[in-house]
Amino acid sequence: MTQLPESTDRKLGLVIDLDTCVGCHACVISCKEWNTGGYGAPLSDVDAYGEDPSGTFLNRVHTFEVKPADKPAMITHFPKSCLHCEDAPCVTVCPTGASFKRSEDGIVLVHEDWCIGCGLCAWACPYGAREKDPVEKVMKKCTLCVDRIYNENIPEEDRVPSCVRTCPAGARHFGDLGDADSDVSKLVAERGGFDLMPEQGTKPVNKYLPPRPKQQSLPDEAIDLVALAEPKAGGFLGWLDGALERLG
Amino acid sequence: MHPAYSVIFFTVASGAGLGLMAFMGLGALRFEALPVPFLLTAFGLAFALTVGGLLSSTAHLGRPERAWRAFSQWRSSWLSREGVLSVIALAVAAVFAGLWLFLGLSSAILGIATAVLAMLTVWATGMIYAQIKAVDLWYRWLTPVCYLLFSIAGGMVLFLLVHAVYSGAAGWELSAVAMVALVVAWAVKMYWWAGGDRAPTSTPGTATGLGHLGKVRLLERPHTGSNYLLDEMGYKIGRKHARKLRIIAVGLGAVLPILLILVAIPAPLDVLWLALAAASHLAGMLVERWLFFAEARHAVMTYY
Repeated sequence: MTQLPESTDRKLGLVIDLDTCVGCHACVISCKEWNTGGYGAPLSDVDAYGEDPSGTFLNRVHTFEVKPADKPAMITHFPKSCLHCEDAPCVTVCPTGASFKRSEDGIVLVHEDWCIGCGLCAWACPYGAREKDPVEKVMKKCTLCVDRIYNENIPEEDRVPSCVRTCPAGARHFGDLGDADSDVSKLVAERGGFDLMPEQGTKPVNKYLPPRPKQQSLPDEAIDLVALAEPKAGGFLGWLDGALERLG
Repeated sequence: MHPAYSVIFFTVASGAGLGLMAFMGLGALRFEALPVPFLLTAFGLAFALTVGGLLSSTAHLGRPERAWRAFSQWRSSWLSREGVLSVIALAVAAVFAGLWLFLGLSSAILGIATAVLAMLTVWATGMIYAQIKAVDLWYRWLTPVCYLLFSIAGGMVLFLLVHAVYSGAAGWELSAVAMVALVVAWAVKMYWWAGGDRAPTSTPGTATGLGHLGKVRLLERPHTGSNYLLDEMGYKIGRKHARKLRIIAVGLGAVLPILLILVAIPAPLDVLWLALAAASHLAGMLVERWLFFAEARHAVMTYY
């Protein structure tokens, strides 16, 4: 059913810390690795070793420069995947019922056997979270690793989305954003987590944490670091040093 | 947005076909005894354009063999509603046309139903685009109005042509209706164009949520090659030549057809002039529809 549920029991999603992300793309690769062998059709690569390679990914890392008016520019690595929106426009436009949002945990999924590959959901999504696989001809999107998080065949510590499990910087967090007492909700409250494109009215579940402000700006005059490194002589040698300096 | 030829052909052909179907429906109120060849040609043209367009639209699907599933989600999806409405409109139109052709019965009720359903189908086509908030240019109530007015104008130009073929004269009354329909449709379209040149709703600042910290610009793309998003949403050639193409669209779609209709009213070769008018209008519509996609900017491009 492509009608959205009125509410969901839980709001599972990601919290991504833009302060901590180092832009290593490990989450991109681990996502591709898990999801090409897991739920649904594999994520294809076209001309992977040729001149014009392209492929389907569910998670991508952009890098932005933010230039404040009076401070040096700041670099922010920016991972982007499906935000599992509460008012997901990709779901309601689907003509076949292939796109749906689960009422139990809020995950937005695609029933790939029903998808006709019309691409309208990709048009409806302002975030570019959906890509049509060039080989399978169906829409692919982040599943929040639904085949990991409930998977009792793997160790408990692995039952989080692949991107979260692999992030070496701890910049990605997974949890129930509908529960105000969950770790992720507390993190969002503490750090001032925000929505992407709130003006689009999609009510994303995933939140982003802002980069912390630069701790200090440069002093007006440069510090004389050379003087700090000079050996300081005391006693007779000190007097001699000063006297010789004065002689010019 | 990437202009898919199958979708351009579909919206132009089905729009004109459904417009002609609507005028045949209304024609039942006005003309009781139309010659059978006239009915055959007009209904044949209307069905061929509409069905041909609908079939062409399945060409851009990744999995056309599952297209039947698209009839299921009419409660939420305008694309599904369009599919359902088009089938109902064609079914009612087939009964209406059959009764008229074979039994000589021009049912006013079925005629009105055909006209209303044909126009609802066109409205649903327009809403497929108008519902997409991520594309500023489309996300306006005038978008389906443009689709509707173009369908009416195209249908009227075709009706005028078929009428002239079998009655021997264009007739100034029908010609006037066609010219008014053309002027209104293209005037609203120009108003739509003028209103579309506005500041984007989403910017790199809101897309990253970092706009309050300073000016945001992309430093490194997430991938060195292209991808589905860039191929589908990153189409820029349309905007580069937008002004010239708009002039060509209006010239072919409105100015030339109106001049040809004016020539056709007193001239002996009226069928030839009206055929040229219809061809010119449809060519103008193809340019307009190509621009409709190619000019539109998608919010996702703020990330690139």
